[in-house]
Amino acid sequence: MSEHIDSIKTYTVVWLVLLALTAATTAVAYVDLGPFSVVVALVIAVCKMLLVALFFMHVRHSTKLTRLVLLGALMWLGILILLTLTDFSTRGVLGVPGR
Amino acid sequence: MAEAHVETLALREQFDTAEQQKDASTLGMWLFLITEVMFFGGMFLAYTVYRHLYPMVFAVASSSLDAVVGAANTAVLLCSSFTMVLAVRASQLGQRKALIVFLILTLILGFAFLGVKAYEWNLKFEEHHVPGATFHFEGMAPDLQRHAQLFFSLYFAMTGLHALHMVIGVGILSFLIFQASKGRFSAEYMTPVDVAGLYWHFVDIIWIFLFPLLYLIDRHLPK
Repeated sequence: MSEHIDSIKTYTVVWLVLLALTAATTAVAYVDLGPFSVVVALVIAVCKMLLVALFFMHVRHSTKLTRLVLLGALMWLGILILLTLTDFSTRGVLGVPGR
Repeated sequence: MAEAHVETLALREQFDTAEQQKDASTLGMWLFLITEVMFFGGMFLAYTVYRHLYPMVFAVASSSLDAVVGAANTAVLLCSSFTMVLAVRASQLGQRKALIVFLILTLILGFAFLGVKAYEWNLKFEEHHVPGATFHFEGMAPDLQRHAQLFFSLYFAMTGLHALHMVIGVGILSFLIFQASKGRFSAEYMTPVDVAGLYWHFVDIIWIFLFPLLYLIDRHLPK
């Protein structure tokens, strides 16, 4: 990361958006969206994560190597979640031989 | 390499340039944070699996948490990330006084978060919502009590480990304030502040996911 110094204004805007998103996710939780409650909550959480990572953690100024490592991490996390949930959601779908 | 090379904090002997040294430190911190992603990822996954197994019990138990207190604590943590990033900025500009002020503000906000957390945990003890022999969730059938205990076990494990990371963060901040007051950091060398910032924001991100998943997603269901 060569010296990229963001302005206080940029940080303030990001901070205010983060606070607004927190208020939004709390307010929308009381609205009945059925199964989409989880989806909306997670979409807002991912947006907040991206704001924190890109601006506060300077990922948008980071080296290509750091970005590659981060993408790798997301991939491993994806494998962890996907394979485990595939297992749990399909248990009992097929009979167990001999039982 | 120049023969008359003098080793400094910003440029150790094994690096070619100060920029290379800084990139190496940043990458090292990110690699550590990625192991933390996998560590917390496992717990989020356990929570997801059990929430799918016992959706109704988890919905009722989750709704017993105070969402307003949780949201307020999220705001406190976001403010602490804001002051932390301003501390990093001050150190990039070599502003020692501003650096110390922002680090102290971050420290105070970190303590505020932990204080609110302690208040919430204390309520759980009073309500007998702490897993164990005295656990009792009012208005729930006896055979479902164990599933409610499971929710609170996961709640305490996840918020507890997050709080442990906050306590470590508070320790790191105290150390940085001490070092900064001795004038150890400059615009040329502020890597410890920078990587501590990465850690602090990461702990913030974990809470960004913990808050909706523990407090919010079943709020809309009828009681």
